[in-house]
Amino acid sequence: MALLETRNVGQTYDGKAVLQDISLSIGGGEVFALIGPTGAGKTTLLRLLDLLETPSAGAILFDGTDVTRSNKLRLEARRRMSFVQQKPVSFSMNVFDNVACGLRWRRQKSSAVRSKVETALELVGMADYRNRDARTLSGGETQRVAIARALVTQPEVLFLDEPTANLDPVSAGKVEETLAHVIQEHRTTVVMATHDMTQGQRLAGRIGVLIGGALQQTGSPTEIFCAPQSKEVAEFVGVENILSGIIAAKDDTLATVEVNGRAIQAISDFATGDTVYVLIRPEDIIFTKARDSSSARNVFEGEIIRMNTVGPLVRIEVDCGFPLLGIVTKRAAEELGFVFGKKIFASFKATALHTIRRWA
Amino acid sequence: MEEIWNGFVKAIQLIVTLDPEVMEITGRSLAIAAASCLLASLVCIPLGSLIHFNRFPGKRGLVNVIQTLYSVPTVVIGLLIFLLFSRAGPLGDMGLLFTPTVMVIGQAVLIAPILVGLTITALSGVDNAIPETASALGADGIQAAVLTMREARFGMLTAIVMGFGRAISEVGLALMVGGNIAGFTRVLTTAIALESSKGDIELSIALGIILIAVALIINIALNRLQQRK
Repeated sequence: MALLETRNVGQTYDGKAVLQDISLSIGGGEVFALIGPTGAGKTTLLRLLDLLETPSAGAILFDGTDVTRSNKLRLEARRRMSFVQQKPVSFSMNVFDNVACGLRWRRQKSSAVRSKVETALELVGMADYRNRDARTLSGGETQRVAIARALVTQPEVLFLDEPTANLDPVSAGKVEETLAHVIQEHRTTVVMATHDMTQGQRLAGRIGVLIGGALQQTGSPTEIFCAPQSKEVAEFVGVENILSGIIAAKDDTLATVEVNGRAIQAISDFATGDTVYVLIRPEDIIFTKARDSSSARNVFEGEIIRMNTVGPLVRIEVDCGFPLLGIVTKRAAEELGFVFGKKIFASFKATALHTIRRWA
Repeated sequence: MEEIWNGFVKAIQLIVTLDPEVMEITGRSLAIAAASCLLASLVCIPLGSLIHFNRFPGKRGLVNVIQTLYSVPTVVIGLLIFLLFSRAGPLGDMGLLFTPTVMVIGQAVLIAPILVGLTITALSGVDNAIPETASALGADGIQAAVLTMREARFGMLTAIVMGFGRAISEVGLALMVGGNIAGFTRVLTTAIALESSKGDIELSIALGIILIAVALIINIALNRLQQRK
């Protein structure tokens, strides 16, 4: 049975639908990441799941009980959860008391409070700060205190809203390390919202993509990143080559997709005549000076129409009769003599492609 | 000019030598203002909190009315209290008119809008994320409200200090309901008004200096509170 479940949940603010028809099931011990662009409704969904808000439609079940409408049930359920907000605030008291609040509100004995708070502070590496005024801490320290404050109550479900969004890379690394440790050690159910896709990939076992208030797809990180089910999801997870085409021929699972009059070989479930999008990740394209003798079924000659250097990499856009964006290292681009206007070859395997239905 | 200077010198002498009359009037002023402040705080801080934490129709209008009453003339409240506690008034049987008790009640009524209004302002100044975070960590409604009040404590203390300042410096109400009876209801402001009209400029200046000193102490206290915020 799912520990946390939403049934057709919707939320409306001032007549504007922020979330629509969210049905989600999260099992005990699962680490679930909600990814999506800014403003997609991730925070709203977390707030609904943590029962801080009442949904305008649908029901939220915790441990099999509908806790949506009863204040008493909501408080009882909320006391089995914890929430680390995107910009956590510190109460104007010292670090120890900040972390102790949740336990004191649950009327735990002071000896238990002391030992649990010390353990939580040790866990996040903030034990030496116990007597510091919490409002004088840096962003990373505040975030770690907020995590300690959330973990100290030993929640069954931990909600994390962009846990490292406002931190420098060093602090973000420390926070992520702490979270990974907690996830591994305590088997806590975690629901985290992040716009950092790779963080979702690193920490979560399952990912949900929320775009425009709707849950577009849920699945394993591999499914989400390699087999997105819609153009919107594909765009969000970094598939930069999205080509419109039509299945011209089919031989078992191997389809020939016609794109701008060129034939692309792809593995596809769709039938001849279906209109589709062909998705190719930039990292799956190999650029060569001469026609490659590799096993790739798709080899196209094209002219370099754009080159952008991004750190140690160069993003190269080639016109093969359709635009194709790939990535090579800066050194490789120099060695191969890739320059604007040069004719080169792009190759990619049929198995690296993914097709999705395109409704006319 | 010489008269004012002489008066000033004699006033300093009265203060330095702890003149019994000056000390007695000052003590009474402080006691009445403090008592009214305590009485008003006990009622107004919970009332302001109730208004802040609850949603009801007309809340904004009510807050506007309360803020308007910050500057209600003291004589208007004096008149109201006088009518209530005069022999023919609804509370006349209590026989409190022209006693320190009625002055305390009157000053409490006078400063009530300041205390209620500034309590609401102090609580409104607390980041919404505070009660939200408390709820997310398992606080019930009352626990979240208590935490919010704790966060607003300096703002609420400011309200009390402001109320005390208004209470100790008002004259109209003290004169109307206290009667300025020597040794009984005479306070700093009423004594200054009376002694000036009698021509006892030294005593007036001495009491004026004390009143200004009290105002200065209140101001310093306010600044300190605002810095700690």
